[in-house]
Amino acid sequence: MSSTTKPSTRAVVRAPAATGATSARKSRVDPLFYFFLFPSLAIFTLAVTLPAVLGFVYSFTNSVGFGEFDFIGIRNFIAVFQDEGVLSAYGFTLAFALVTVIVVNAVAFFLALGLTSRVRFRAALRTVFVIPMVISGIVIAFVFQYLFSNSVPLVGQSMGIEPLATSILANPDLAWLAIVFVTAWQSVPSAMLIYIAGLLTVPTEVYEASSIDGATPWQNLRHITLPLIAGYAVINMVLGFKNYLNVYDIIVGLTDGGPGVATRSVAMSIFRGFEGGDYAYQMANAVIFFLISIVIALIQLRFTRGKGGIAA
Amino acid sequence: MSSVPSTIPARPAAAGKKQQVSAGQGRSNWPATIVLIVCTLSVLVPLYVTLSMAFKTTGQAVDGNAFSLPSPLTFDSFVQAWTLTNFPRGFAISVFVSVTSVAGEIIVSALAAYAIVRNWDRRLFRWSFFYLLAAMFIPFPVVALPQIQLTGLVGLDNPLGVALLHIVFALAFNTMLFTAFLRSIPLELEESMRIDGAGTWQVFWKLIFPLLGPMSATVGIFAFIASWNDFMMPSLIISDPELQTIPVLQKIFQTQFSNSYNVAFASYLMAMAPAIVVYLFTQRWVMSGLTQGAVK
Repeated sequence: MSSTTKPSTRAVVRAPAATGATSARKSRVDPLFYFFLFPSLAIFTLAVTLPAVLGFVYSFTNSVGFGEFDFIGIRNFIAVFQDEGVLSAYGFTLAFALVTVIVVNAVAFFLALGLTSRVRFRAALRTVFVIPMVISGIVIAFVFQYLFSNSVPLVGQSMGIEPLATSILANPDLAWLAIVFVTAWQSVPSAMLIYIAGLLTVPTEVYEASSIDGATPWQNLRHITLPLIAGYAVINMVLGFKNYLNVYDIIVGLTDGGPGVATRSVAMSIFRGFEGGDYAYQMANAVIFFLISIVIALIQLRFTRGKGGIAA
Repeated sequence: MSSVPSTIPARPAAAGKKQQVSAGQGRSNWPATIVLIVCTLSVLVPLYVTLSMAFKTTGQAVDGNAFSLPSPLTFDSFVQAWTLTNFPRGFAISVFVSVTSVAGEIIVSALAAYAIVRNWDRRLFRWSFFYLLAAMFIPFPVVALPQIQLTGLVGLDNPLGVALLHIVFALAFNTMLFTAFLRSIPLELEESMRIDGAGTWQVFWKLIFPLLGPMSATVGIFAFIASWNDFMMPSLIISDPELQTIPVLQKIFQTQFSNSYNVAFASYLMAMAPAIVVYLFTQRWVMSGLTQGAVK
């Protein structure tokens, strides 16, 4: 190391730093590196770890969010499992996330296929398709709320289509479809961009070879494209599912959980813990929700393992 | 297929860039183009509706027909929305939250990633990385209630607290992006600078941070889009309604003024516009960033 030739001229603190990073042996770490790492660890611990631990502890109490409280064991957890409101929120959220993942990935994949084929105006089309990603979920939900409750029924009436003649947001059986639609509207672009990246990694030689062998476009899609981009599909499904489980903004904008409680998501029921005085109870709910999210993520990773090279 | 000898040498250069290959083959796929153009209507119609509703009079807006053109055209709705939501204040607060989130996410994550990558052989740094990564599995709703309490307790139930939470929840993903990028920067560059007597501080700010530029741009743009558009965190964390961000302010049109649809849409338009404008100017980073993040 040439840096050791002039040790006397440098500040004492700096000396170990220069050699520390360059030598293969373990030597002292420049204290500055601790200083670099510290802000992340500090805010993460204070803003995530501490609340998570507090919440976990509170879930075993009868706290209402302030004042004194007692530990009551797992009574909150038992109550959560017997609470029809909470159970229906889980049912709604899981079904919603599942349907949305399928819809988003199907639409995003076909848009990506289109945008990587020999279409005209490719750049302009892609620009337009990505716009929904940058629009606020709650704001676009308000826009669609107006459309679903005023304009779509007008169109339905004038064209004599019975199911469209009334607002689907007011129908407890159909309102969730509107939420799937708007969530998909907003989520398709990011999934689409990931599929485009995936499709561009498929070497064109493969298609050339298969077309020499007389493969049809459908065979190409089924036997070449789909297997080769399976890893990207895994990414989209895992990331998407995780986001849809936390659905909140769009529901607030469209139905606010209604009609009745037909479209209340788990996140919404947890947040009510602050208004309803059942703080500890909703913390138990949050703990259960956390465990379910983890289990789902693990199942997805396990289930899809080996179906693509990049699912790291 | 064209003749074999001419295509083989061309392939390595064109690998990964389908566009060039297909451009060479000439024919455009018009049916697919037309299908895609029709599909853009699903994006453009809601935007058109927002635009046209915003320029209508209240009298025209209440008829429920969102697809008609405004007649007469009026700017009154913007004037009303401006004062009703106290737009300048909301805008200033949203800008504050976004700028703090963008700067914070870039600097905090880049510093942590640099420390982690350069000291990977040390347990403390390696474990810190996995500790930070764990945040990806903790959704905001799970920790929201204690967070609301804690932020209230320490006086952070305000826009600054929201910006901090944005930084924290993006920390895992951003640190991952930066570490992946940093691993591709050769150590030799750094060593030569250190030989010239530069310390870690100078190496980071004069060499590493500028090299991280493209990644910082991506992180920054996504930080902006996420923090500008967010509703969940500010609506729960900020206790003073006077300090609310623009997306949360849009809620007033659901209760009061429920018949002034034109005013509501003018307000929605003003809420959407900044993010759309930023996107149109930074498209390149948005497109590349998302795929980098997913694949690495």
